[in-house]
Amino acid sequence: MAMASATEPQQERDKAFAPVLKVLNGIPLAVWTLIGLLLFWEAYVRIASVPPFILPAPTAIAQEFRDYGHRLFPNALVTMFEVVFGFTCAVLIGVPLAVAIVYSTFIQKGVYPLIVASQTIPKVAIAPLLLTWFGYGMAPKIVIVILLSFFPIVINSVMGLRSASEEMIHLARSMGANSWQTFWKFRLPHALPSIFAGLKLATALSVIGAIVAEFIGADQGLGYLILIAGSNFDVARQFAAIICIALIGMCFFFTLEMVERLVIPWRNKADVSGDA
Amino acid sequence: MNAIPSPDSLSTPTTDSTPSQCAPHVSIAGVTKVFNGRKGRVQALEPVDLDIRRGEFVSILGPSGCGKSTLMMLLSGLLPSSSGRITVDGKEITAPNPEAGIVFQKDVLLEWRSALENVMIQAEIRKSDKAEAKSRAMELLSMVSLDDFHDAYPSELSGGMRQRVSICRALLHKPPLMLMDEPFGALDAMTRDQLQLDLLKLCRDDDMTVFFITHSIPEAIFLSDRVVVMTPRPGRIERIVNIDLPRPRRLAMREDPKFIEYVHELTGIFKSLGVFREE
Repeated sequence: MAMASATEPQQERDKAFAPVLKVLNGIPLAVWTLIGLLLFWEAYVRIASVPPFILPAPTAIAQEFRDYGHRLFPNALVTMFEVVFGFTCAVLIGVPLAVAIVYSTFIQKGVYPLIVASQTIPKVAIAPLLLTWFGYGMAPKIVIVILLSFFPIVINSVMGLRSASEEMIHLARSMGANSWQTFWKFRLPHALPSIFAGLKLATALSVIGAIVAEFIGADQGLGYLILIAGSNFDVARQFAAIICIALIGMCFFFTLEMVERLVIPWRNKADVSGDA
Repeated sequence: MNAIPSPDSLSTPTTDSTPSQCAPHVSIAGVTKVFNGRKGRVQALEPVDLDIRRGEFVSILGPSGCGKSTLMMLLSGLLPSSSGRITVDGKEITAPNPEAGIVFQKDVLLEWRSALENVMIQAEIRKSDKAEAKSRAMELLSMVSLDDFHDAYPSELSGGMRQRVSICRALLHKPPLMLMDEPFGALDAMTRDQLQLDLLKLCRDDDMTVFFITHSIPEAIFLSDRVVVMTPRPGRIERIVNIDLPRPRRLAMREDPKFIEYVHELTGIFKSLGVFREE
């Protein structure tokens, strides 16, 4: 960023710093904010000498990762499996169900209202019941993940599938398209952005579902670790587990966003043209 | 589904089934449409009779809500008529007629497909030969100066470009009958002029019948062989005006005394119908 009025030596120095500046410029502002917060946290804990069972310093949490990683990561894998498997099941149930709701008057009038009404029941309240039915293994966790995440998938898919304009359906029929072609070539692609919005909402909910399920009854997973660490006043370990959960959630979300970009490439190319 | 054309009738629509010279291409006889709405029965169309010759460009001119779009929907077979009979090439229309090409006021482009793929959907649904359809699609796009944009998504195109793509899509299978419902209604005046010229160019080669709905008097005169004037609701044909202007039409013809006379004549009809009120 050499200014027009800069003298020769100044320009030289600017040149030398240019690559460094470029790297620094490339770091998003949010990362700087995060670094600032962590520094403030560390300084506060040290200066005010907060006891570690109330609030451990970031460095202490990092230490925890190093010492306890061998237990942390296998448990993180368990939670991750519950999240991904449950989410996948929710998609496999939710999207076809949405199609059925849009195409069948019976399901739309006889089943859909019940699905919507069932959302008033807090899922956490059913969790102990599921434990009774499915035991302490993976099954109840996956069921809870499905229960939490499938609703936004269904709602958004239904909205997307319904949003095809009357003209679009007219157009399809005027070409002689059968119902399968109308669905596959018109309705479904038109609904994709809306379906993906639902999927993204569901990612956050599926992580919540897995952790809640582990709270209620589990012998492995990050939720279980948090519970055990909590009863031992091991706050650093709790933080370490929470960070793992956050990372799982973020990775999941960004993976989905990447899939979305692949599946919906036309979305990324918008707003290039002017108007005629 | 009585009107699905065989593959060869798609490419050469008129050779084997040409009716005798005097038989009209499209015949509308005593067609009415009544909608049963919440406020009871609404008569959208009073009995309409109209014959259209093959290769003729007919505009339906009328104020909003006169049932001209309804008439087009009936003609396409997308909507059943309440009474009367519509035949195309002697065949009665009772189901969507896939031989027609349709353009709506909205371009209805599929956002997830490039311009070329949007045109090609026509071939995909009809399962016609891909390579042949593709070369025709490219040809059509280049006729409306969109060759450089065949890869662009609709979101990257302007309103006029989008509507051009939708016209190309309707023309891909060389429809003997083209149905257009205010296709340029949403465009600005200059784009509109250009698209009128483009449309005339596209129609010139094929022996295509065009049923063109508009509420613009100059547009109807500029494009058509005949202008059908419809009354406000309930819609009925008030008058049919033959436009005796040479083809190819040129923009300069709009200053031609004859053209201006047609404008006066049609404006006069709408004044007498109470569509225009001057103090």
